[in-house]
Amino acid sequence: MSGESTIGLTVNGTRRSVTVPSSMTLLEMVRSRLGMTGSKECCSEGECGACTMIVDGEPVNSCLILAGEADGAVITTIEGIGNGGMTRLQASFLEAGAVQCGFCIPGMVVAASALLERIPDPTMTDVQEGLSGNLCRCGGYSRICAAVISSVTRGDTDD
Amino acid sequence: MTVLDYRRPSSLSEATELLQDTDAVALAGGTDLMVAIRHRTVGPAVVVDLKSVDDIGDDIAVEEDRLVIGGRVVMSRLVSHDVVTEQFPALASAASVVGSVQIRNRATLAGNLCNASPAADTAPALLAHSATLTLASGDSGRTVPLSDFFLGPGATILNQGEVVTSVAVPIPTGPIGSGFARVTRRRGVDLASVSLVCVVEPSGRARFGFGAVGPTPLVAESTVEDLATDDGLDHLLSGTTPISDLRAGADYRSAMLRVHTRRALVAAMAQLRARS
Repeated sequence: MSGESTIGLTVNGTRRSVTVPSSMTLLEMVRSRLGMTGSKECCSEGECGACTMIVDGEPVNSCLILAGEADGAVITTIEGIGNGGMTRLQASFLEAGAVQCGFCIPGMVVAASALLERIPDPTMTDVQEGLSGNLCRCGGYSRICAAVISSVTRGDTDD
Repeated sequence: MTVLDYRRPSSLSEATELLQDTDAVALAGGTDLMVAIRHRTVGPAVVVDLKSVDDIGDDIAVEEDRLVIGGRVVMSRLVSHDVVTEQFPALASAASVVGSVQIRNRATLAGNLCNASPAADTAPALLAHSATLTLASGDSGRTVPLSDFFLGPGATILNQGEVVTSVAVPIPTGPIGSGFARVTRRRGVDLASVSLVCVVEPSGRARFGFGAVGPTPLVAESTVEDLATDDGLDHLLSGTTPISDLRAGADYRSAMLRVHTRRALVAAMAQLRARS
């Protein structure tokens, strides 16, 4: 048994090859080996959503995925959203005052981006359901949900 | 967290061989397994990932009179599948409340059953719909009713090296009605305190699946006529043994079980009338 393997994956559009121990999660790999620390580790058991990434098109908890499982996967982290600038969604978070301590926000933004990809014009119920896997310990839910709604009702476009 | 080794076999025979190792555990979605490894309820493990095993299906397909759900199918696929939502709305409802969006994108139906939680969200619907499982080990296979699958919390009849390759549900030949109920402390990311599904047929036969009211998910049958009386309800629920835990007290569980059993029956009868 090697206990280590080399995997290839696409992260935010860039092909990466990484040698990882068997015990390492996707989240740990992205943070410690790729140096992208936007995705947060909080509960480590799939309850809080702070580690949310988009893997092969679907939002998932990266703390529950072994790095080895991500071999061949296409991944988007918070660093890959907006392509250097801010998306309309992120701007709406700022305008709505949806960010308090900020720790949950990367996961919220990734989960909300995935939701808008699936449902471009969501109802409040859709937003609440779509973000039900993301906890905000500041309790900022109403502004967070309002930010997602206003990002689609504002009407202007992403740059 | 200790994972001794991570393996991703591409064939069932290879998977079976790897799973003979006493440290080996099968990984499907990982939403329960990874938590168990982290909490050390599963020891240092050789993780055998089944996601690349072709013999374990990744499709939902109508095969003659059954709906066959492959062992790799995740909850979010199930929730959005037309035949599931039309013919088995209680199963779709149950799958739609598992964990969260993120969890449903990884968690498999088969994994939910293999984890054998007494509160397994999809078990009551599958039990009420008389689901069967196809199990395989190397080149031998067997089909068992789901009602024979669970042995206790976390324990199933799976032998060492054996995996669930598919879950099959008979497609009803005539109209049926179903009702689903789930009591939780909060809407998202919670385990059920009580969950149940009722399926009624035009004959009056009523089949129930219950979760979180015994050491395993349970199945029980009665008739619409018998369930009109307290005695009939007592008899239906006689196999349940609700306990107190951090989610609910035994008395509350028992009370909710009775109330929601009646409500699910009423909902199932209304759906049956609407579809007849």
